[in-house]
Amino acid sequence: MAADPGRTRTDAARPDRRRSLLVAAVIGIGLMAAVDEIVFHQVLAWHHFYDRSTSSVALMSDGLLHAAELVLLVAGFFLFADLRRRHALAPRSAWAGLFLGLGGFQLFDGLVDHKVLRVHQVRYGVDLLPYDLAWNAAGGVLLLVGVVLAVRSRHEGRTAGAAGRAG
Amino acid sequence: MPHEHAPAAGVATGHWIATILLAGAAVAVYLAATGRAQRRLQRPWPSARTAGWTAGVGLVAAAVSPPVAAFAHRDPTGHMAQHLLLGMFAPLGLVLAAPVTLLLGASSTPVRRRIGTVLGSRYLHVLGHPFTAAALATGTLYLLYLTPLYAATTGSALLHALVNVHFVLAGSLFVWAIAGPDPAPGRPGMGTRLVALLASTAAHSYLAKLLYAHAALFPPGAAHAVSRDELAARWMYHGGDVAELLLAIALFTAWYRGRVPARAADRTTVGAVAPAGATRT
Repeated sequence: MAADPGRTRTDAARPDRRRSLLVAAVIGIGLMAAVDEIVFHQVLAWHHFYDRSTSSVALMSDGLLHAAELVLLVAGFFLFADLRRRHALAPRSAWAGLFLGLGGFQLFDGLVDHKVLRVHQVRYGVDLLPYDLAWNAAGGVLLLVGVVLAVRSRHEGRTAGAAGRAG
Repeated sequence: MPHEHAPAAGVATGHWIATILLAGAAVAVYLAATGRAQRRLQRPWPSARTAGWTAGVGLVAAAVSPPVAAFAHRDPTGHMAQHLLLGMFAPLGLVLAAPVTLLLGASSTPVRRRIGTVLGSRYLHVLGHPFTAAALATGTLYLLYLTPLYAATTGSALLHALVNVHFVLAGSLFVWAIAGPDPAPGRPGMGTRLVALLASTAAHSYLAKLLYAHAALFPPGAAHAVSRDELAARWMYHGGDVAELLLAIALFTAWYRGRVPARAADRTTVGAVAPAGATRT
């Protein structure tokens, strides 16, 4: 973990744009994964726990991805709390990161998990095309929002601190 | 023993009494040690740790209590519940209760020195390495569920008891290696521990889905209804998630506290062991 905990108060008060964006993106990935698990697996039961056509490699990568999602969510929240504690949070960049994470995961899940690895499908017993389109379009829109926010917040932190990095 | 098909009432009562007595003794010893440690160190022992120990002991007791033991004997979901309680949830409480720190605080200098020697030994470093611990805690589940070992445990009370002891020990070793608050000289950094946590959880999830996918095949030799095996596999998958979540929270809580500038020096000496005063909190 990148760490310089010994920073002085004034130094640390400068928002860290890159880190804010990254940490929020991590939270976004974890949140979207949690929504996927809770809403689509458990509440709607559209996704299946196991799909008879899933290959063993897909099962293994699913296990790894699934394990990473929870750790990312926890790591994201603690890194976020740490940014806030150090007064280094750049809020607008963090929002951008959150949307990038949400959209990025949704698109990744829709393309790689559902289509390439075929871990499971969006829903069973229906014509998949509209579901796949809606799924990936939603991911694309979220990602686009993230890109727009990221571009608009690109100067965040630089104005307050005047010059570049001091440390 | 709990493994009789129709345990006599007297046997069940004896089993209850033994369970409660052992659990009570484990909590009493811990409490007595906190009293000693508080007197010696002149500072309060965190009540959260005492709560963790009590919860851990309670979960172990619940997992081996007559009704759960009978359930585990009858049904694969019961066996899975035992695995989750003994191997994943109880160890969290037991290890986060910092028993070694407590022992260091409660014992005399020569005993402390001996504990320090044990903690500094190379064997313990190898055994307590996150990857070794992951292999022992999660790797052995492959051995249990994919070989005839599981079927053998249903026929032998002794073997089943040994597996349960293994669950608690290996699970505790893993929690200790990943997020244990006790002094652990030579413990690898955050990166290695996170990778071990991920690898172990992924292996656990994969095994759960493998057992689900081939419920008719695994565990070999066990005469269970496929639907019960499938349910047990689901419990394994989701129980593993909850355990991973809690362990990740424990790991990052320690990291977050360690990042407070004033405590930064403390954090580096935690690995240096020996005097109880050098450990956190």
